[in-house]
Amino acid sequence: MTYTLPLDRVEPRDRERVGGKAYSLSRMAREGLPVPEALLVTADAYRDYLRGTGIGEAIALEINRKIADQMRWEEMWDAALRIRNLFLRTPLPAGIRAELARAIEESFRGVAVVVRSSAPGEDSATASFAGLHESFVNVRGTDAILDRIRLVWASLWSDAALLYRKELGLDVARSAMAVIVQEIVEGDRSGVAFSVSPENPSQGVIEAVHGLNQGLVDGSVEPDRWVLDRGSGRILSHRSAARQKALYAGDSGVEARPLPAALAATPPLDPEEVLLVFRAVVDVERFFGSPQDVEWTIRSGRLCLLQARPITTGGPTAAGDPRAWNLTLRRSFENLKALRQEVEGRWLPAMTSDARALAGADLEALSDEELAAEIERRQSLHAKWNDIYYAAFIPLAHGIRLFGQAYNDALRPEDPYEFMDLLGGTEMISLERNRLLTRMAGRIRGNPGLAEALRRGTLAGTDTAFDEDFERFSRTFGDLGCGTDRCFSGQGALVGLLLRMAAAPPARERFDAGQIERRREAFLARFEGDARQRASEMLDLGRASYRLRDNDNIHLGKIEGGLLAAVAEGKRRLSGRMGAESRDLSAEETARALRDPAWRPKRGVPRPCAEETGADLRVRQLRGQPAGPGIASGPARVISGPEDLLEIRAGEILVCDSIDPNMTFAVPLAAGIVERRGGMLIHGAIIAREYGIPCVTGIPGAAEVVRTGDRVSVDGWLGIVTIEPRLPFV
Amino acid sequence: MEEMENLRARLDEMLQSQRLAVLSTSGAGGAPYSNLVSFAALGTGRLLFATTRATRKYANLTADARVALLIDNRRGQEADFHEALAATALGSAVELAGEERDRGVAAYTAKFPFLEEFVRAPSCALFRMDVERWIVVTRFQNVIEVSPLP
Repeated sequence: MTYTLPLDRVEPRDRERVGGKAYSLSRMAREGLPVPEALLVTADAYRDYLRGTGIGEAIALEINRKIADQMRWEEMWDAALRIRNLFLRTPLPAGIRAELARAIEESFRGVAVVVRSSAPGEDSATASFAGLHESFVNVRGTDAILDRIRLVWASLWSDAALLYRKELGLDVARSAMAVIVQEIVEGDRSGVAFSVSPENPSQGVIEAVHGLNQGLVDGSVEPDRWVLDRGSGRILSHRSAARQKALYAGDSGVEARPLPAALAATPPLDPEEVLLVFRAVVDVERFFGSPQDVEWTIRSGRLCLLQARPITTGGPTAAGDPRAWNLTLRRSFENLKALRQEVEGRWLPAMTSDARALAGADLEALSDEELAAEIERRQSLHAKWNDIYYAAFIPLAHGIRLFGQAYNDALRPEDPYEFMDLLGGTEMISLERNRLLTRMAGRIRGNPGLAEALRRGTLAGTDTAFDEDFERFSRTFGDLGCGTDRCFSGQGALVGLLLRMAAAPPARERFDAGQIERRREAFLARFEGDARQRASEMLDLGRASYRLRDNDNIHLGKIEGGLLAAVAEGKRRLSGRMGAESRDLSAEETARALRDPAWRPKRGVPRPCAEETGADLRVRQLRGQPAGPGIASGPARVISGPEDLLEIRAGEILVCDSIDPNMTFAVPLAAGIVERRGGMLIHGAIIAREYGIPCVTGIPGAAEVVRTGDRVSVDGWLGIVTIEPRLPFV
Repeated sequence: MEEMENLRARLDEMLQSQRLAVLSTSGAGGAPYSNLVSFAALGTGRLLFATTRATRKYANLTADARVALLIDNRRGQEADFHEALAATALGSAVELAGEERDRGVAAYTAKFPFLEEFVRAPSCALFRMDVERWIVVTRFQNVIEVSPLP
């Protein structure tokens, strides 16, 4: 079996072996179009690697953990992360390695290359899905190239590919990946060209940047853009970009550098060059007989075509498909750095100040009419912040993933989540809150008189330090019994929680600052020079994302709390004339009832409870996602509302639909966590890792299949939950 | 949960399409003993299997009626790990006689016409297993208990 083919030896029968992208390049090379030298690694190499190492079934097990439709996007990241690690940690069998190494050495002899994906069938189904698979620019040396080939193979199973798994027909037994190893052309101007504009079929489009085009492709560098008339080749419009930076080849990979003033002031192409590029893409279109999208670069005045793909319609941007938003979450380091500035510099301060203003307002002083207006104002404020949360805060959380990938690439750890250990420990509001709880519990533990007084219901006056903490806690973190839609409890519940915490051994965070610092140094020691600086920035971004991931919900929770407080004040006033009916009013209805004393909400006839189905089936064990290593067993505490959370006892397994950071105060008492939502970035998983508590996420219907009191075992290594029912089955 | 919704149908289908099962009995001192038997299912609550009387499993069944029966649809390929369904029936077995044996033989030979001589032989015992519950495994590690339907 030959695993490689030179570009000029590809025959039509090789099309499926080399993939669509490589096949197009080979035809362009034969036609005499200017394309770089390349060596093609056929899909046979991928298939024999899977066969030789046996990882094919490991991939199948990973992506079949549960029914595809039930997998959340975050679970797909996790599956993709684990599959990627599988490829990273599984070396090439000696025979495949020897043949690839020989061919690479003969073709490139130390020259830097670009390693690109070329999926078979790419010019049909996958063509509409640009950017599913990975490419690596500026890779030097046989070992490094062989490594990147494995990563390109792994990207056949990327999160985005898994998201569109059905459309792509992804299947372990049938799908394969070919690779293009292409000589790097370090152009001084680069871009993409569309022979037909996606917006107007009588026009073509050229986009260009200074330097390499990776920044344009991943959205971190804004391009200049020209629209041309297809018939005459006349330039119809030119949109200038801000041109602040450009990407260039570094020691390895690419790096962003600020543009010197002279270049920043100059468009990457002059009108003559725009036409040159346009003519080239029209040539490519004519050659293939269909509209094309071409990546190009210009080095020392010579145009080079890097890849060409047919332009297709449809694909992931189809209107109304929520997955299109998920795809926008894949962002580059540069993009996320800019987003972090925006979030930390602009959104967080504004959000905190809005929350403070809400908390400071005197709602009781408002007239009914004014209160109704205030409820509506707070509703739209909450909606505004919710939009910003989705547009900026959630995307920023992806800095965690970006760092995780860099960490795994450098250290290839056995545990693909080891990188999370470098992120935790500091500045998370939920941890500060839990530390304060732990301290209060410690005072109770050390002062039997205080415990006794609290049990009797005497809150203040026994222990001054405790009283101060208690007061500070209520002031800073509010009522623990507040869920997302209602409040419960009061201080009694907090005291009960503290007494139970005091009775249990104190919870410990897994790492102190020193340990985290040592891990950080071990990570950075893997890099040298500029790469170390970049790794350090990547970690810094990861940490900021991680903090924000937890804190943003707490900030948003305060805005929401402000809305709930105004609604609660409205309901208090309405309870006089509406009685119990006022309790179930929504925010809109509360405002309306405040304005119009005669108004009454219309309520449908309550439906009888649906009969329990499948009562003769009982789940005994389910596989979800391993999210916090360790194993634990104990009675289940199923969380259906905030009141359940305050009931938690030491050693119980916390079972819930989804935890938000406002709920994680209960976690230090839990022996294990089971959650319906899946993914490594969910709050339950983050906080579980902080305390070293075994955690499994992505268990379908967790809060329904488990009942409080069932004995539950949580295997956080393998992601398995076993349920031993409290009551016998038959 | 989709898995739960069509699980019963998948189990029924497997009981009809599979022919062989692993029968586990207990020997002297409770020592476990397993062997392959052909089986016919009457719903999910009753399973028929046959054995000649000189066998070790017959001796075991005579001494201790408790049995487990494992039925699965693996194809002997790697993909079995994520695709195969495996179901273990727990319960007890009783040897059939008289009219009930005649009805059992009819059901058994309807599925295994080529075993008619075997099952009708005077030396062959036909057993009915009464299933107390099923333990069904899907996707390698998801386990669901299913109560039998008559």
